[in-house]
Amino acid sequence: MKADPLGVLTGAHYLDGDFAAGEGAMAAGCRFVAGYPITPSTEVVERMSRRFPMMGGTFIQMEDEMASMAAVIGAAFTGTKSMTVTSGPGFSLMMENLGLAVMMETPCVLVNVQRGGPSTGLPTMTGQSDMMQARWGSHGDYEIIAMSPKSPQESFDLMIDAFNLSEIYRVPVLFMMDECVGHMTEKVIIPEPDEIDIVPRKLTDKKPGEFWPYEVNNGELVPEFARAGDGYRFHTTGLTHDYRGYPDMTVEGQWKLVTRLMDKINKNVDDIIRFEEEETDGADVVVLSYGITSRVARLAIEKAREKGVKVGVIRLIVVWPFPEKQIREMAKKIKGFVVPEINMGQVVLEVERCAAGNCTTTSVPHPGGGVHDPETIVEAIVGAAK
Amino acid sequence: MSAQAEAPTIDMDNVQPEDHPIAPFIRMDRMPHIWCPTCGIGTVVKCYAAAMEKLDLDPKTIAIVSGIGCTGRVAGYMNYDAFHTTHGRAIAFATGLKMARTELNVTLFSGDGDLSGIGGNHFIHAARRNMDLLVVLVNNFTYAMTGGQNAPTTPLKAISSTMPFGNFDQPFNLPHLAASCGASYVARWTSLHIRRMTKTFEEAMQRKGFRFIEVIAPCSTLYARRNKLGTGLNLMQFYHDNSEIRHGEDTRNVDIGFQEKIICGKFVDEPEKTTYHENMHTHYEQVLGDKYVPMPPEGGWRDE
Repeated sequence: MKADPLGVLTGAHYLDGDFAAGEGAMAAGCRFVAGYPITPSTEVVERMSRRFPMMGGTFIQMEDEMASMAAVIGAAFTGTKSMTVTSGPGFSLMMENLGLAVMMETPCVLVNVQRGGPSTGLPTMTGQSDMMQARWGSHGDYEIIAMSPKSPQESFDLMIDAFNLSEIYRVPVLFMMDECVGHMTEKVIIPEPDEIDIVPRKLTDKKPGEFWPYEVNNGELVPEFARAGDGYRFHTTGLTHDYRGYPDMTVEGQWKLVTRLMDKINKNVDDIIRFEEEETDGADVVVLSYGITSRVARLAIEKAREKGVKVGVIRLIVVWPFPEKQIREMAKKIKGFVVPEINMGQVVLEVERCAAGNCTTTSVPHPGGGVHDPETIVEAIVGAAK
Repeated sequence: MSAQAEAPTIDMDNVQPEDHPIAPFIRMDRMPHIWCPTCGIGTVVKCYAAAMEKLDLDPKTIAIVSGIGCTGRVAGYMNYDAFHTTHGRAIAFATGLKMARTELNVTLFSGDGDLSGIGGNHFIHAARRNMDLLVVLVNNFTYAMTGGQNAPTTPLKAISSTMPFGNFDQPFNLPHLAASCGASYVARWTSLHIRRMTKTFEEAMQRKGFRFIEVIAPCSTLYARRNKLGTGLNLMQFYHDNSEIRHGEDTRNVDIGFQEKIICGKFVDEPEKTTYHENMHTHYEQVLGDKYVPMPPEGGWRDE
């Protein structure tokens, strides 16, 4: 299916990352947004609330972030592509209903334009310190998809991917921007609607009375969807449930449901992961980063290469699920990974786990509020090459 | 005598649960329900189903949303598109559902703790917006699912598991809260008032905007037992002797004291009051004219 032309602002634009993410969502077919204002993410919904009335979209400013996330799930069950937008403190409040979205298998997108934390932290200044919260933030065991764009252009392009992945796997997709990408303004090319591929909701073709909301057959992992209001009279719950969507308070029921919720991501990792790789063949050191930090690391990598170090690059586009297999293999061939990120060491823990002692793993932390001094990354690269 | 002769006879030995007049509105495959004997929630469900039987609406236009708790289980037993959501967030969830598919008629069932405690913020904002939702709040004066803790509705002096020496925490007057925030329809009954409650459901289903119906219901397992109020039957007797119907009463006067008079009736009914959706459409039509593209009533779903 191609994009609805009403949502696509075809042309070359000069946009910040927040606006570009909003444009990406509208091009992806998003027609419902519930949100609560929070710096540095608010421009996303400001853009959308201005354009939505002209394309059949509805924006509602809710009373808080718990309400925003809950409303998004409600709207998503009508088949409407739905999204909310926030930053750290709001992200914390959304964790409750993020779990519900996972449990009800709700396609939706949650944008987090990250700032410095903890708590109110640095509202107007950048951070990447919610990456582990994205992975583990809501209680219970689950798998999620989280992506991190590096530029306004990628904020647009990747947002379409985010909506599509949420449809394919019926899982909320976390769009983990950072304040730098959100507020930097660059050229953004928006293609023609017929150049944008949209994954529609996988609606059941069963008749009412034959349909159960969480029935999967033949080893499939993602159930078919029925929209509220189409006459299926289905039930869904945040409780552990069986294929009928009815509560199932048994250990067997829990095994079955949690396993499938995790398997639908874990068994499709190869189709979900997205990363860029450069000069990793023969490299001694590989710099792994994401978001704005991947652009700051660029200068450091060039400087280290000038010093004669063979440096490879991995830029994660999808951070969760993590490209475990690739990192594990690479660790056997290199001396060390260097992981700069604007937190005190989060994704580096996953790199270290996957490297499994086959090479060194060096964290280049930054508490947030700014980006790294490239020299700190150069130092780490040179150190790792020894 | 002739009227008696025409009355249908019921073969009690062979009557099946599915033969019950409200069975089409209930998920009979989930019976028996989890509620305690003499709990009032089942009565509320029965009255709602009876209203639906009378109204004969297209079932696919109805959606039910609940939060968490004893009354939160209602969504699981109603035979409609039904959502059992997170604690306190039923109204927020229902707001999204309604806004994205405006043709749905959305009813919420949840308890006093869910809607006025943890969900209180959503309650006041949905009432302020006059969001097009029918909210049925079953008030049993306690957090029953978790064992009878103090609630924002527990009357002063009543004993709860977390106020073992009696409650001193001032409770809400819920009809007044709803009315003062902007609800277009506000009523209260007890679970003894089955005929009036059913009529109110019927009427409220045909109204628009934020419609709030509080039903006082017994929790004999926890609230009544701790307060030595007897069984469900004793509470029914209490409702019979102590509820007073005052339609149109100023909601400032309807707060509930411990074992004191319960004022019932329809307090607010403003059928002309515009809803959030109406305000939105009217406003966009005025300011945007032909440029305004409203979301289709069946939702923002495009399959071309």
